[in-house]
Formats: sequence, structure tokens, C-alpha cells
Amino acid sequence: MSEADDQTEDQPIETLTLPLDAWHRAKGGRMVEFAGYWMPVQYEGIMAEHLWTRESAGLFDVSHMGQLFISGEGVEAALEAVLPIDLSTLKPFGPRYSMLLDEQGGILDDLMVTRWSSGFYLVVNGATKWDDIAHLREHLPDEITLTHLDESALLALQGPKAFAALERVVSGEYPLSALTFMKGGQFKLAGADAWISRSGYTGEDGFEISIPAENAAEIADLLCAQPEVKPIGLGARDSLRLEAGLPLYGHDLSPDHSPVDADLLFAVNKRRRSEGGFIGAERVLRDLADGTPQVRVGLALDGRQAAREGAEVYAGSDKVGVLTSGGFSPTLGHPIAMAYVNRAQAAAGTALEIDVRGKRLAATVVPMPFVPHRYHR
Amino acid sequence: MPRYFTQDHEWIEVDGDTGTVGITDYAQGQLGDITFVELPEAGTAVKKGDAPCVVDSVKAASDVYAPVSGTVTDANSALADEPELVNSDPENGGWLFRLTLSDATELDGLMDKAAYDAYVAGL
Repeated sequence: MSEADDQTEDQPIETLTLPLDAWHRAKGGRMVEFAGYWMPVQYEGIMAEHLWTRESAGLFDVSHMGQLFISGEGVEAALEAVLPIDLSTLKPFGPRYSMLLDEQGGILDDLMVTRWSSGFYLVVNGATKWDDIAHLREHLPDEITLTHLDESALLALQGPKAFAALERVVSGEYPLSALTFMKGGQFKLAGADAWISRSGYTGEDGFEISIPAENAAEIADLLCAQPEVKPIGLGARDSLRLEAGLPLYGHDLSPDHSPVDADLLFAVNKRRRSEGGFIGAERVLRDLADGTPQVRVGLALDGRQAAREGAEVYAGSDKVGVLTSGGFSPTLGHPIAMAYVNRAQAAAGTALEIDVRGKRLAATVVPMPFVPHRYHR
Repeated sequence: MPRYFTQDHEWIEVDGDTGTVGITDYAQGQLGDITFVELPEAGTAVKKGDAPCVVDSVKAASDVYAPVSGTVTDANSALADEPELVNSDPENGGWLFRLTLSDATELDGLMDKAAYDAYVAGL
């Protein structure tokens, strides 16, 4: 009965469209609901798109992600109160990975923070952005202004030929080559202002490009007119980030995990590990001191059969963990997975088994990334 | 030989009391790149609507349902090394398994090619 009551209280939520909706459909994108939006899961096929990104360049529409700008008197101290970041070491225009944590140290979201001239630019996950905005508004003081840049689109151009393709069409005060991995700057694309950083979520060299929504279709066309570039859907985005060992919020990360068991301690900057002073610090510092029972690891599977999120991991008859992501690796030609497993079974080389519909698949703990990163440092 | 289709996008071609089962071209297009096929063993008894076979794509694992009841006699061993045959030749070389029909009247509830094509056109 309680479930029925819940349903009557929930308003039906309409699936929203993104600035490039018509563009994706015209390109043959197969549209699915994702994070509350219609988004392309694939165009010609996940495998082909995945391999194209690894060998050339792929254009991803990630406009569902939340782009936020936070400014005001005392913004640095205010942000350090909600993020485990050390802003004193964050130079202008370079994005840095960080996290929103709850009071118990659980991960509410992972995000990128960039220092702009007059404040901080944040990119948060699409499915969590409304909760993130509410959380930030609740915890930031009144004199801090949070602006949701919802008239901006966000594209990612990823792959070993992304630089060559983008350099040909971009202009700015300095050349695109001035950007190395995790550096950003202001450029022009098709006459529009573009905030570009050399970053992404595929493990490849590449760029993330924030542009006015009204210019998004023209810029997407311009980029896809470059011979190196094809549009890539969510399906390949997921298999690429998995190969790169990059966790996906809502799957590999959740409020059940802290930065310690998620093995993302680099998101808790050094000064903050000793000083604390951010939401969730008590749990994070305790986990740091005491360790956690489990930790996120990579698994390489024998054979071709994939195991997916929710599959249980065994050492003999003992259940020692659960998969949070899994799938076939197009680059490696065998299945891979991420799982939280007991510390005793977390060392690279440990042989484990994964239960898939009653069948045990052999797997080995391996270091991540599964496919080496090729960032331009 | 007559070929029948299900609303779940399996096909079954019937020769006497033997049926050969696969998924349709429409189904493989929806599933995308197939990376593994879990096939039933010979001797497995299946009821119409059981899922004796699972097709793995890059995206997800999908059940393949038995269009009719029977006993599995054979499976397409070529798919062990070449699961992509289900993408490239789904209605011929990419067949999945064979079974001996236990109740041929179950075929009456399935669609013929024209009815299936019309069904897919309406999706």
C-alpha cells in the first residue's frame, strides 16, 4: 500500500530535450531516456563508435550535465566547507576532480571544479544536478551566488585525433596547444564563445567544450565536418570510461561509499586530509585512519561472457563483493568489471569468481585503468 | 519450410517435428554488437516462453525465449568463436538452437512473415 501512496504523490516527470535533440535524430541517433533527458545511446553501433574514439575522435553531447557558476564574497572558504578540495593549490583555468559528500561521508556526486576569474565553474552529473544544486544552496552562505548555466551546452571531443580536428576550427588569444591535460581557456568556435578544457572521461586525449546552447548545432556540425570526427552515443561513452577505469556516479559511486573505499582519495586534497573541515570529514578521516572493509577494484574476466552491475563476487563459497559496472571491453576483446570487494581479496592477481545467473565466471583482480590513459600532459 | 515469428522477435523454422530458432534481423539491430551467446545444452527441456538462451551485447544481456515447447537437440557451436554471426546473418547462419517440438499446435499462436513485418513496422 505504501508504494501506491508514494506513486500518487509523485508528479509524472516529462522527459526533457537537450539543445542538440533534433541534431542527434537527424544524425540517426537512437534516442533513449537518460538522466531525465532524451539522449542518443548510439548512431552506427556501440562497438564501431567505441573503436573510432580510440583511434580517431568522437564527439559526445554531454549537455545533460549540470554547469554551475559559484561566486561571491568569501566563495573560497564557502566551497571548501562543502568540498574536500584545497583551493589554495588550484591554479586558474585548470579543472580539478572533487566530490560532494553527505554528513556521513557518503558520495553525493563527483564533479569538476575550475577557478575562473570571478568565481568557480563546476560540472556535475546530469542525474544528480538538481539534488546537487539543492545541497549547495542549503550549505552555501547567503552571500554566495549559485548560477545554473542552463543556457550552455557541453560537448566532449575525445580521441587521439581530437586535437588535430579542434585546432583546425578554433581561434583564440593563444593556440590550442597551450592547453595540456587538465588545463582550460577561452576560445572562439564558429564565432561563439567557447570555454575549452583539455579533459574528458574516456582515457583519451581530448577536450570538453562549453558553448551557448543556441550555437550548439552549428558547432557540432563544424566539428563533425572534420574527417577525424564522428558523433558517439552514451553506449560507447560507458564502455570507454569503464576501460579507462573511471567510476560512474549512480553505479560505482553512491552515498554508500566514501572516497576511501571508492579508491578516489586523490579527490580529498592533502591539506584537507589533515585539517578536515568539510561536510563528511569525520567519516572520511576515520576511514583513512582505520581503513574500510572493502575497496573498489578492477576485474578482468576469462572468456567472452560479461558480468554486469549487481553480480556477486565469490572466493570459493564466500561472497566477497558485488559488481558495480561490467561489460565487454571492445579494445581488449574480453569482459571487464568494477567491483567492491573485501580488502583480503583486493590485491592485483587475486583469482575470484563472479556469479552470473547461477554460473561462475572466472575473474582476476587487475590494476585500473584496464586500457592505458593517453592524456596529453 | 514454414517459418514463424514471435512478438519477442524470435523466429522458428519448422521441418517435421524439428524447429530451428534464432532472433530476427530487427532484434539484432536493436541489441547491437553481440559479444557472447549463452546456448542451451542438448537434452534441455524447455516450455514455450522459457529463456534457454541469453544473448550478450556490449550494452546488455537479453533473454531469448523458446517460441514453442520441446527438447533442445543442438545449438550453433559456431557462435562460440563468432557471436557476431547473430548480427551479420541472424536469420540464417546466426541461428541459435534446435529443438524437437512437443506440441506443434503451439505454432498456431505465432505470426507468419507478413504478419511479423507488419508488427515490426508498427513499433
